[in-house]
Amino acid sequence: MTNHWIDFKNSDCILIMGSNAAENHPICWKWVLKAQESGGKVIHVDPRFTRTSARSDMYVPLRSGSDIGFLGGMIKYILDNKLINKEYVDLYTNAAFLVSKDFDFKDGLFSGYDAAAKKYDKAKWAYELDENGAIKTDPTLKDPRCVFQLLKKHYSRYDVKNVVKITGTPEKQLLAVYKTYAATAAPDKAGTVLYAMGWTQHTVGVQNIRAMSIIQLLLGNMGVAGGGVNALRGESNVQGSTDQGLLFHILPGYLPTPRATQPAFEDYKKAITPVSKDPKSLNWKKNQPKYAVSLVKSMYKDVEADKGYEWLPKLDAGQDASWLTLFDKMLAGTFKGFFAWGMNPAASGANSNKTREALTKLDWMVNVNIFDNETASFWRGPGMDPAKIKTEVFVLPCCVSVEKEGSISNSGRWMQWRYAGPTPMGETKPDGDIIYELFMKIRELYQKEKGAFPDPILGLNVDDWGDGHVFDPHKVARLINGYYLKDVTVKNPDGTETVFKAGTQVAAFPALKDDGSTCSGNWLYCGSYSGPDKKDNKAAKRSTEQTPEQAKVGMFPNWSWAWPVNRRIIYNRASVDQAGKPFAPQKPVLAWDEAGKKWLIDIVDGAGNPGAIHPFIMQVHGQGALFGPGLNDGPFPEYYEPLECPVTSHPFSKQLQNPTAMTFAGEEAKRTVCDPRYPFVCTTYRVTEHWQTGVLTRWLPWLIEAEPQMFCEMSEELAKLRGIKNGEKVILDNPRGNLWAIAIVTKRFKPFQVMGNTVHVVGIPWHYGWVFPKDGGDAANLLTPSVGDPNTGIPETKAFMVNVKKA
Amino acid sequence: MKGKTFFIDLTKCTACRGCQIACKQWKKLPAEKTRNMGSHQNPQDLSAITLKLVRFQEVEVDKTLQWLFFPEQCRHCVDPYCWEAAGGDSQDAIVHDKETGAVLFTKKTAELDYDMIRGACPFDIPRMDEATKVISKCDMCNDRVQNGLKPACVQTCPTGTMNFGDREDMLKLAEEGLAKAKVKYPKAMLVNVKEVRVIFLAPFDPKLYHKTMMAEAGPQMFTRQSLFAQLFKPARAMFT
Repeated sequence: MTNHWIDFKNSDCILIMGSNAAENHPICWKWVLKAQESGGKVIHVDPRFTRTSARSDMYVPLRSGSDIGFLGGMIKYILDNKLINKEYVDLYTNAAFLVSKDFDFKDGLFSGYDAAAKKYDKAKWAYELDENGAIKTDPTLKDPRCVFQLLKKHYSRYDVKNVVKITGTPEKQLLAVYKTYAATAAPDKAGTVLYAMGWTQHTVGVQNIRAMSIIQLLLGNMGVAGGGVNALRGESNVQGSTDQGLLFHILPGYLPTPRATQPAFEDYKKAITPVSKDPKSLNWKKNQPKYAVSLVKSMYKDVEADKGYEWLPKLDAGQDASWLTLFDKMLAGTFKGFFAWGMNPAASGANSNKTREALTKLDWMVNVNIFDNETASFWRGPGMDPAKIKTEVFVLPCCVSVEKEGSISNSGRWMQWRYAGPTPMGETKPDGDIIYELFMKIRELYQKEKGAFPDPILGLNVDDWGDGHVFDPHKVARLINGYYLKDVTVKNPDGTETVFKAGTQVAAFPALKDDGSTCSGNWLYCGSYSGPDKKDNKAAKRSTEQTPEQAKVGMFPNWSWAWPVNRRIIYNRASVDQAGKPFAPQKPVLAWDEAGKKWLIDIVDGAGNPGAIHPFIMQVHGQGALFGPGLNDGPFPEYYEPLECPVTSHPFSKQLQNPTAMTFAGEEAKRTVCDPRYPFVCTTYRVTEHWQTGVLTRWLPWLIEAEPQMFCEMSEELAKLRGIKNGEKVILDNPRGNLWAIAIVTKRFKPFQVMGNTVHVVGIPWHYGWVFPKDGGDAANLLTPSVGDPNTGIPETKAFMVNVKKA
Repeated sequence: MKGKTFFIDLTKCTACRGCQIACKQWKKLPAEKTRNMGSHQNPQDLSAITLKLVRFQEVEVDKTLQWLFFPEQCRHCVDPYCWEAAGGDSQDAIVHDKETGAVLFTKKTAELDYDMIRGACPFDIPRMDEATKVISKCDMCNDRVQNGLKPACVQTCPTGTMNFGDREDMLKLAEEGLAKAKVKYPKAMLVNVKEVRVIFLAPFDPKLYHKTMMAEAGPQMFTRQSLFAQLFKPARAMFT
């Protein structure tokens, strides 16, 4: 999230799209209600009327997978009706940038497309530079090559008639949303968007969010109280896990994973040091080498950083190692061993039959979990013959989150310390202890037997993990913050000197160095544990102390700690004008104290006086990106159908689907488009009562009592068509698999009119699995395709085709 | 009239069912074996082990779909019919706690006539355990309340739907809630506000939520005289 949970209350219009916020984030509704009480409007756009819709001011249906049509239409509506926040767009976006003549867009494809490789050459989307290498601009926004004009041209095709035709949203309701949301362009109004997997799990997942980001910039809704683009994270610590680099393409702090094409640290550092010629662009990422060196030193503090970098594992050039690829390679027998740690891929990943078969190709698998699950027991699952499966499975029981101490980071980027509750049962252990013990054992083996490449194992800094046996979350939190490795003398502005002794905790990331004198496990968290004592652990802060101005916008700077540097609303410079005056004086995030020459309320993004720098400091050029040339599928979001869809064409171009979507060889035959055998769009979702694949909740009697079985929600019209009665058992199937479900026939699903035809959408939850309960049903992912977003690889599990019939 | 009261503001309820689960957790009540019956509501009805149940109802009001949520429980009537029916002050199977207003069913309810007790309830709340014959219902978490805590269902509610406190404070909150609700829901009402200690703010006609959300026989039903007149007839029959 750019903002945080409490901040929802400051919003004048909350658009919930791609999310079922009330059901899946029940506590957030407290703040949504507060916005409503203050006159704010809540809009829910979703294929299905949910518990969120029940409490919203407006429920508006759209067909699963057609979001960019809906949002593209809103961009056009805002531009056509001149509803933009002009001052904001002029000052804080790249609307005036000129784009190079190489950029073009024709019939659904951007310039630079290589059809054989299914990839774009992004160099074709560069900005036009002057002789000094600075970007050319047209502040009048009239030049046909400026971003603003290109944006206008791009979305000129997204007229209301066509949007209605493809989304199935009734025109009146569509226009009501556009009108209500666009009203937040007023400088003192704010609109926010709450999204979740309903936007991300598509082959256009990232572009769904990009489209909304464009709307937020046009309306001046970024960096302000009650605004922002807010991802509601589906797991309590998923924010923390991405921050700490749990994904293949990033290291902690979102530093890119080194590639084999960058053998020396210098190559890597050069690649992560962007350059801007604009003196007002802080270009914060130019500091990345300091963070990379400090990270390497946190891992290998006893060798030079260059050597430590060499020891880091590297991705091959162009290698993708995301989820779907991992299981595709596993199926091909590319690797032999696998840790499924706190994960249940046999139910959680798209295309479960493929995943389950892939597990049979392993020599060994370790499953660390609290309960038995479909992954640990895959070898005795439906259709498996245990006698024929070679995979040796080890199940390690870990303890429950509430039984251990440590931090979690919530969606609002708050690092919150939690203390251990009950003593772990039996021989269960915290995950930290399991990893620690495992590593010590591996190191012992390397010491004894050497091995192919022992240095990275033998040289790893585990002194900061614990006492040699037991994992110490405080030691690790201090390492993540970082400390000085040598005595460092710093000259103060007044001429005096301060000496930071080796071993002293670093105060905040601006103090991190690229000379090996500091270490930090994650620069974003530098400042979270800024001293040696437990009292210096800012994640454990629980004070409600705040100024009256902070109280006005629900900001609690002394409650936990937010990255970066305890900033609660990022890009907050965009909430004030060039003189530091808040656009919304009744709910300011920042205010400039002219007498004291300092910023009040939140921690300002970057430093300096009002107007000194551009607000979007993580963007190379400091401006909000209406044109975003960094993504793999285009600088503007473009409408594409899901890879399985109920139409053969759409109104915006001849390019039916995302030409760069992630796909796997040999699977196309199992995908269907407009196939009468699989006529219904299916989407997957969650219910309040269950958690993820249900591994933790299916075993809880009170929760399984409330939501006992796999169900399939469908409209009364579809039920009539197929002769299905409410509460009856039905079978869903497609070429990848089949499963049974109990039909919930409901008015909350309605058929859609799409391209002149009636399209039915059905929905299933993904919480069930064959292990337990025995009459609960199996995984929704038996039906979902292994196709993914070209930027993230996230599978398209929110829109695919099925058949539904009476069991 | 003092004592405690719940105020349940249904304009805020998301049917997260935290209250339903928290009730079972605090009371250590077992789960029922359920199956999906074509609705998200489960269990299907109150029982001796399900004292708080969120009911779901899909209705169209003025051609607009509404999904109504009704977190049902004993209303702890100001003048409790069940207590009167059992014999009032002359018995101790059903106890009326004068301090809080809680109506408490003890194990001795096993000796009472179940049909009469259930029939006496205008809201059809009491349920009997078939094995022990003990009759059960919500007890206002009297153990918690006596120790300065809120009932478990109120404690867990994330949205502010469930409120609990001194009756006069809750009546004030209810009136404020009603005034706010009227802006969006002109037909909003406080259900049986004078007669019960569990006051629902219903944005729509109570009949749409569930047939026994509101006792409809009118205020005369809530006098002792009329109660005694009705004592040997199942009062429930009057409402259905």
